[in-house]
Amino acid sequence: MTLAIIDTSTANIASVRFALERLGADHVLAPTPADAAGAARLILPGVGAAGPAMARLESSAWADALRRETRPLLGLCLGMQLLFEHSDESDCAGLGLIPGRVVRLDPGADGPWPHMGWNTLETLREEPLMAGVAEGAHAYFVHGFHVPEGPHTTVRTRYGGPVTAIARRGHIAGCQFHPERSGSVGAQILRNFLETRP
Amino acid sequence: MLARRIIPCLDVKDGRVVKGVRFRDHEDVGDITGLAARYAAEGADELVFYDIAASPQARTVEPEWVSRVAREIDIPFCVAGGIRSVDDARARLFAGADKISVNSPALENPGLIDQLAREFGSQCVVVGIDSREIDGTWRVHRNTGDPDKTVSEARATLDWIKEAVERGAGEIVLNCMDQDGVREGYDIAQLAEARVVCPVPLIASGGAGAREHFADVFAHARVDGALAASVFHKGVIAIPDLKTWLSGQGVEIRP
Repeated sequence: MTLAIIDTSTANIASVRFALERLGADHVLAPTPADAAGAARLILPGVGAAGPAMARLESSAWADALRRETRPLLGLCLGMQLLFEHSDESDCAGLGLIPGRVVRLDPGADGPWPHMGWNTLETLREEPLMAGVAEGAHAYFVHGFHVPEGPHTTVRTRYGGPVTAIARRGHIAGCQFHPERSGSVGAQILRNFLETRP
Repeated sequence: MLARRIIPCLDVKDGRVVKGVRFRDHEDVGDITGLAARYAAEGADELVFYDIAASPQARTVEPEWVSRVAREIDIPFCVAGGIRSVDDARARLFAGADKISVNSPALENPGLIDQLAREFGSQCVVVGIDSREIDGTWRVHRNTGDPDKTVSEARATLDWIKEAVERGAGEIVLNCMDQDGVREGYDIAQLAEARVVCPVPLIASGGAGAREHFADVFAHARVDGALAASVFHKGVIAIPDLKTWLSGQGVEIRP
């Protein structure tokens, strides 16, 4: 079952590809929606800033395609943030697939900004990506902006306050952390995504 | 809660992992991907690969081994050594490195930090600093991979940390040279001062010799991570034992 990685020309595609290789998952790189025609599910990776990434999604026709998409979609880190309506990072519109807004993270007394390192996962609602993952397991986060906990937050972490770790609306989900760099916990989450029924 | 990070550092020279004492007399301690995979399996939270020969010989790290490491391991890693341009950094990041670290080239051209942060985002940009006390002030050193070419900078370490962060560094690794390789403990005084001026994650480097040293540096310098090499390479401290012990001491740790 082929998976397509939406190619926004950002650096961490190598990490995502290698993680999928370790799981034995067949995948293609999809710079345009046509390149993903044969894929059963989609991953939207991303590092860097929201503005340039959204501009690339718009120019490649992916933005429109994703708004009509029915296949399982998983956004990673910035790719997760792009699923929401608006990002304060570049003060730009997101894909609007999940209601909510990306705002600057305020760590308070919890540590430095950005949020960088391994933090715990706390499940709030039924989340298929968490099957077989222990409550309180650690995942690797690197981000300075975040989605405050809301109705679509299924898993949260805490850094200065509640931070959305996984958001879901139907077949669309996103991880704020990097499952591709989160050891065996991340591998299990990716495996769960690969086993999601389209 | 965010866990404190335990970070083995693999000094790479001529494609092998080496370790010297006070930056001299390097001895071979193993193969790059073999050691990387072993540390990842043992619970290392992150790895740093530092090509210690890169700056003095004006070489850059080979993306080929970066890509081999990225295929092999499933934890974050940072690549340092001889990254002098946005293109050098891009090659390593696209090969699968999560972060790149600049040291001597950033001292020669501080604008490099701004360029890297603009291009890739601060989260990928680590500034490594080699520091030692000279006449009562901590000062930055450059080209520390080769003792014959090491240069003491006029820059004070604390000033350079502030400047690096203002320019866009997303993390600082402070290597306290007087402690490096001698396993007598981290330089708590210097790291605690650095912590005060460093609003981004701060990683302690140089001096780890016993598990108590890790507990001390987390408690007293409030660093986000502790980097060590020889104690791990030589099996003086096993990472699983260290993490279990730290957890028992109340340090937030990823099991």
